[in-house]
Amino acid sequence: MSKFSFSSEQDEFRTNLRRYLADQVPTREVRRLMETETGWDRAFWRRLNDDLGVAAIHIPEQYGGHGFGFGELGIVMEELGRALVCVPFLSSAVLAANAILNCGTEAEKRLLLPPIASGESIATLASTEDGGSWEATATTLTATPSGGGFHLSGHKSFIVDGHSADLIVVLARAPGTSGDVGLSFFTVPGDAPGLTRRPLQSMDPTRKLARLEFNVVPATPLGPLTDSQGAAAAFAKTMTQASVCLANEMVGGADRLREDALAYAMMRMQFGRAIASFQSMKHKHADMLLEVELAKSAAYYAAAALDDGDDDVIAIAALAKATASDTYLQTAIHAIQIHGGIGFTWDNDTHLWFKRAKSSEVLFGDAAHHREIMIRNWAA
Amino acid sequence: MSDVTEASVRAEVSTWLAANWNPALGLVEWRNKLAESGWGVPHWPKQWYGRDLPVGLVPVVEEEFKRLGAVGVAKVGIRVLAAATILAHGNDMHKEKFLRRILTGEDAWCQLFSEPGSGSDAAGAVTRADLRGNQWIVNGQKVWTSGAQKAHWGLLLARTDWDKPKHAGLSYFIIDMHQPGVKVQPLKQMNGHATFNQVFMTDANVPPELMLGREGEGWAVTTTTLMHERRGADALRSWAMGSDQMGRAYEEERKEISVDLAPYKWYPQRAGRVDLLLPRARETGSIDDPVIRQELAKLLIMSKSAEWTARRARAAQAEGKPQGPEGSLGKLASSHVARLAARIHTQMTGANALLTGADGVMDGLIAEILVSVPATSIAGGTDEIQRNIIAERVLKMPRELAVDTNKPFRDVPRNIVS
Repeated sequence: MSKFSFSSEQDEFRTNLRRYLADQVPTREVRRLMETETGWDRAFWRRLNDDLGVAAIHIPEQYGGHGFGFGELGIVMEELGRALVCVPFLSSAVLAANAILNCGTEAEKRLLLPPIASGESIATLASTEDGGSWEATATTLTATPSGGGFHLSGHKSFIVDGHSADLIVVLARAPGTSGDVGLSFFTVPGDAPGLTRRPLQSMDPTRKLARLEFNVVPATPLGPLTDSQGAAAAFAKTMTQASVCLANEMVGGADRLREDALAYAMMRMQFGRAIASFQSMKHKHADMLLEVELAKSAAYYAAAALDDGDDDVIAIAALAKATASDTYLQTAIHAIQIHGGIGFTWDNDTHLWFKRAKSSEVLFGDAAHHREIMIRNWAA
Repeated sequence: MSDVTEASVRAEVSTWLAANWNPALGLVEWRNKLAESGWGVPHWPKQWYGRDLPVGLVPVVEEEFKRLGAVGVAKVGIRVLAAATILAHGNDMHKEKFLRRILTGEDAWCQLFSEPGSGSDAAGAVTRADLRGNQWIVNGQKVWTSGAQKAHWGLLLARTDWDKPKHAGLSYFIIDMHQPGVKVQPLKQMNGHATFNQVFMTDANVPPELMLGREGEGWAVTTTTLMHERRGADALRSWAMGSDQMGRAYEEERKEISVDLAPYKWYPQRAGRVDLLLPRARETGSIDDPVIRQELAKLLIMSKSAEWTARRARAAQAEGKPQGPEGSLGKLASSHVARLAARIHTQMTGANALLTGADGVMDGLIAEILVSVPATSIAGGTDEIQRNIIAERVLKMPRELAVDTNKPFRDVPRNIVS
């Protein structure tokens, strides 16, 4: 993979994955799962990993993974986003796995990553709280030493698959600390005593969010506790990686919306002709293509920049997430408009992607947030 | 085809240059040598100043020229399009008469396609050519003609049959610009520059042998010229090369370039001067303004992702992959970039954006950006035409309903041009 093209192996992987998902995950399956509380299906998640090993894709081989990079991870995200597949990929394979890779000790990685890579265990990362900040510094949940271990007290919110994950990676701080000092990661099993999990009523039913209440929950430290700012750095790195992955998911969804809207315009007849023959439609579609292709270029470039370890990867990741946020939502707005009245109905599928566009726009920070990160890191 | 390789070409051209290149030669004398050797345009046919080299190997030859500092054939301006068109559609007499003097730079050319009444719709030309006796007599007006004042020859699209449908009534001529029936008038643009001209033809003469292609087939020939124009659009940026070394050939080439490029000095400004935005933001302190930071970020995102999209297109081409949509989007993206850049320049400059010339910021350069950017979304195909092209050719959406192609051109409603 270079920043501007995929290898033939990557192209082939994408083609197989796209075909598999088109075959296995029709939109009626998305609709079925979005009505459930869990939001995903353990049997399908197992099968997807047995057949294509997606959760293992970028986890190094010594931890039970396939050892590919963010280029491949980006391909998986884009295809999952295109088909709007309801699986705990973002939570487990992206957020939790990367947090563990970024902060865990060798022994912890060997212990925690193999079940995530096989898909046998679902993990998530709990960092955000009621305030909705995506920054580590906003953390208030405390980790108090107790006996030989630690107890967590406080809350987390907006946690992707937080109510259904088997393992929760929690960002906490030592009592009396503030800012980016005193932060540490811990792991907590989903069924830990003192942990109350409540699924949130979220606008995007295809990505489930939960609020977690920690009432003196016994927790295991993840990574070194002595390094005062290490956890903040590992968290920031995890969010950079997650933003790039989400940007790739978003351009997949945007491209799908664009294609579906085009197919609809080509067959919808009004005034005795396909509406696609009207110049207002043609120009809108040309603009949509431009936006989506530009956002794709940024998402692909950012994934390659992570693999290449570029110095300005924080700015590049922010760039990719910012443009994906604007583009996905704008494409969704156009797609509904092109469908007209039918596009505003529950039975038409467009709103499913529209809601995913909206939730992805906000998740990990909106476009303005990422533009500011980009300028701060790049220009001044 | 003989088996030429990169190594054999490199060896051959460097040997020839070592034996023949001499900066003390006059420019025309040297370029005549290039024409005879075939190294000036190695991808051209052997019998016409080339060596039948595959286009892919031309960069190897260029590298050797650059390495040894050797001056190449004349490349600036419409003459390149004229040569490509003559090679494709001309007969031996045309090639004999024109090609060598194109390569030496002795003849300059201009392109007489656009008219006041036909901009995006070039095939709607109403300049007429009528055969009277043994001469074509040309009457009409052309516009947006760069280099017309200095051109010896013009590539002319004119209507020779008004009873045929629009495309079928056109013919393509080479017209002598130095004749009493041809008047050239500079066209002053909204930014004060006059890069282009209007050309008025009143009973101008063209001998029948200077028609390219056959009568009524002018549109096909025009398409060739336009195709080369689009392909070469990027070359414009590499024009301002020119070595600063000493020697007669170098000096003459520098003079040629400076004269040819003078009218285009404002071209970087029409693209919005993205390169100036961050330095200006720091200089003006507006880098600390949260509103400007957001706008700057939007612009950087757009221009970076447009650049990366172009790189994706080039990578796909280099790897021989089927062409994706990314290659057709650059022109439209550059309009967005230019417009947003102009807006941010205005925001950062504040009241000083009102001033121009010596009173203006950077000797009026910022003001020149603001009044030059509107050209970007028009020149070389308007944004609207670009969107049609993307919709029809890339997305395969239905073509515009044509109301003018199936009837005699004389019955097609058209502009009244005073």
